[in-house]
Amino acid sequence: MLRRAMQSGNKGNMSYRHMVGQKLWTFGDLKALMAKASPERSGDGLAGIAAANGEERAVARLCLADVPLRQFLSETFIPYETDEVTRLILDSHDARAFAPVAHLTVGGFRDWLLSEAATPLALGRLAAGLTPEMVAATSKIMRNQDLILTARKVEVVTRFRNTIGLRGTMAARLQPNHPTDDARGIAASIIDGLAYGSGDAVIGVNPASDNVAVLGDLCRLLDEVIHRLGIPTQACILTHVTTATQLIERGVPVDLVFQSIAGTEAANMSFGVSLSILREGFEAARSLKRGTLGDNVMYFETGQGSALSADAHGGVDQQTCEARAYAVARAFEPLLVNTVVGFIGPEYLYDGKQIIRAGLEDHFCGKLLGLPLGCDICHTNHAEADQDDMDTLLTLLGAAGVSFIMGIPGSDDVMLNYQSTSFHDALYVREVLGLKRAPEFEAWLRDAGLTDADGRLVSQADSTKLLGALPPAFAA
Amino acid sequence: MNDDTPPVPRIDPWTMLRELTPARVALGRTGASLPTHEILRFGHAHSLARDAVHATLDVQALRRDLAVLDCDLTEVRSAAEGRTAYLRRPDLGRRLSDESRISLDAKRASGSDLVIVVADGLSATAVHANAAALLDLLVPAIRRKGWSLGPIVVATQARVALGDEVGAALDARMVLVLIGERPGLSSPDSLGAYLTFGPKPGRRDNERNCVSNIRGGGLVPPRAARAILWLIEEAFRRGETGVALKDESVDIAIEGASPHLPSLP
Repeated sequence: MLRRAMQSGNKGNMSYRHMVGQKLWTFGDLKALMAKASPERSGDGLAGIAAANGEERAVARLCLADVPLRQFLSETFIPYETDEVTRLILDSHDARAFAPVAHLTVGGFRDWLLSEAATPLALGRLAAGLTPEMVAATSKIMRNQDLILTARKVEVVTRFRNTIGLRGTMAARLQPNHPTDDARGIAASIIDGLAYGSGDAVIGVNPASDNVAVLGDLCRLLDEVIHRLGIPTQACILTHVTTATQLIERGVPVDLVFQSIAGTEAANMSFGVSLSILREGFEAARSLKRGTLGDNVMYFETGQGSALSADAHGGVDQQTCEARAYAVARAFEPLLVNTVVGFIGPEYLYDGKQIIRAGLEDHFCGKLLGLPLGCDICHTNHAEADQDDMDTLLTLLGAAGVSFIMGIPGSDDVMLNYQSTSFHDALYVREVLGLKRAPEFEAWLRDAGLTDADGRLVSQADSTKLLGALPPAFAA
Repeated sequence: MNDDTPPVPRIDPWTMLRELTPARVALGRTGASLPTHEILRFGHAHSLARDAVHATLDVQALRRDLAVLDCDLTEVRSAAEGRTAYLRRPDLGRRLSDESRISLDAKRASGSDLVIVVADGLSATAVHANAAALLDLLVPAIRRKGWSLGPIVVATQARVALGDEVGAALDARMVLVLIGERPGLSSPDSLGAYLTFGPKPGRRDNERNCVSNIRGGGLVPPRAARAILWLIEEAFRRGETGVALKDESVDIAIEGASPHLPSLP
């Protein structure tokens, strides 16, 4: 028989107790309970906050399931007074949106999410009433299939020059990185990606340089490609938000403004950003009015472990920190939010199992919070993972309705030195699950003669005609 | 695919793109998938990188390779016992084992301008492939400059920051850590060189300078040695390493460097 009792402590802080048979378990506070309820991952072990063993983890989940969702509105993990992310979460909480589930516990909320009552419409309306901590807690007591089934119900649609996130579609970021930002090298990967039908999410370059002149040239290159070929997509140079703002001030064509973000004020500070700095970049990008279908102008990247690696996690488990980053993203109506799930290394996510689990959690949490969540399904060579694990996560996320994935020539990013998904991987998951591209991009490929009516690559397509429309930098 | 075409992988019409980038472009396809050869070629590259991560540094072989330099050579281990602990707990890889700390304290002597640490990091393969060639150039040049050189410290299960404790224990003004970098798919043997002025535990990564991607197909040892010597000289002149030095060394370091490692080995 299982019983639980909560004991009041000082000022909103409680210890959490749970009886299993004759044994009483005590968890210091909700933050500690969350950490101990988390599925095993190396980062929480590194932080010294993980459950000591399987039994403690299982009991923590039993205890967490009985916590009312309302409790997350009064018991903060990182103090309101010292953390602007906590303030953002609580100040922007929409009590009316929350009302339909306000009476539920974490466990009851899981049951509700999986029930027929949680329709796509209901979930869409609920998003503003949920906090990152609520969805993170719920994910911790869910199996992988629960994370997939629930996320799949949510439809998050965003627009710039095309439409991302429609049901039955999945977009891909064309990631044409080059170790020294060589224009022709980047162009080569762009042509390759387009010929393989990739690039509807964004054509996005991680530059090696942070020199404003170099970055300006890259922006103009991508802009020229998109406009000469009339591609219904958007460009992004993944440089710091303040650099993008400088580029905009200099009159450089910038479609999307990028930034890596995290779930605590201190971790964001380690990235050199704050909510007000993000706001400046957001407003600068919006002022250009370059989107033809919509004005979602931000591209954010996140990843479990970033707060811990900056020593800025405040004792909060890495998955909850990650979900808090989505609250930051949500404030800026992004076109794309990308969890770069296996990039950070084995000290945070040790192996394929942990990476797969984290990818599904992040996607679930982001979608429930109303974000266009994509995933860089990836690993480094020092993680216990390989492309088979990536295939598994890709297939699962495809089933879960992931908004977008990465497209990298042959999976091998020669600038950042890690392995992600390839142009071919996107073709695979489209084939297996019948997923289409963003409709405007799909139509462009068809009109260009690269794909057939079903969106499959045409065998004898004369893709070389792409060349004639390309700017001089592309001439081999 | 047309019914009359045989089921062979379609050759990519863009093979000329391969000359423009080291990226894996123009791979061709069979249906939606990679041709057999490309799948297997990728698997081979991944195996080399994985093996490099798990390779053990052969200290005896390294001793033989470095004998010609006529340096005092000493061994230390980090607090990470075994590769699994090393990969899971970077904090342990940044600290000396108790044994090694005691043995280094005994060697403290009168200090030196520079201590060189040769560390396995994430690729012992990189150390075996490049450390001796680099040190053959560096050590004589350092002596010509008149800087006093402490022992060469060979460190296993080591992260970059282990050099801070080693440098402090040996009372060095500066420490140079040569360490196997996180292997890339096309570069399992890449060595990194990290220079830290005033080494002591707690130094931050922005207080170091790095010359990266030192290997045959990247920044070759003669060019790497030049870049490192320039940094050493500037660091002694200014009395610091770190961000300030980085800006001006960019032209030297950029040649073949891979500047955006997400985290240090």
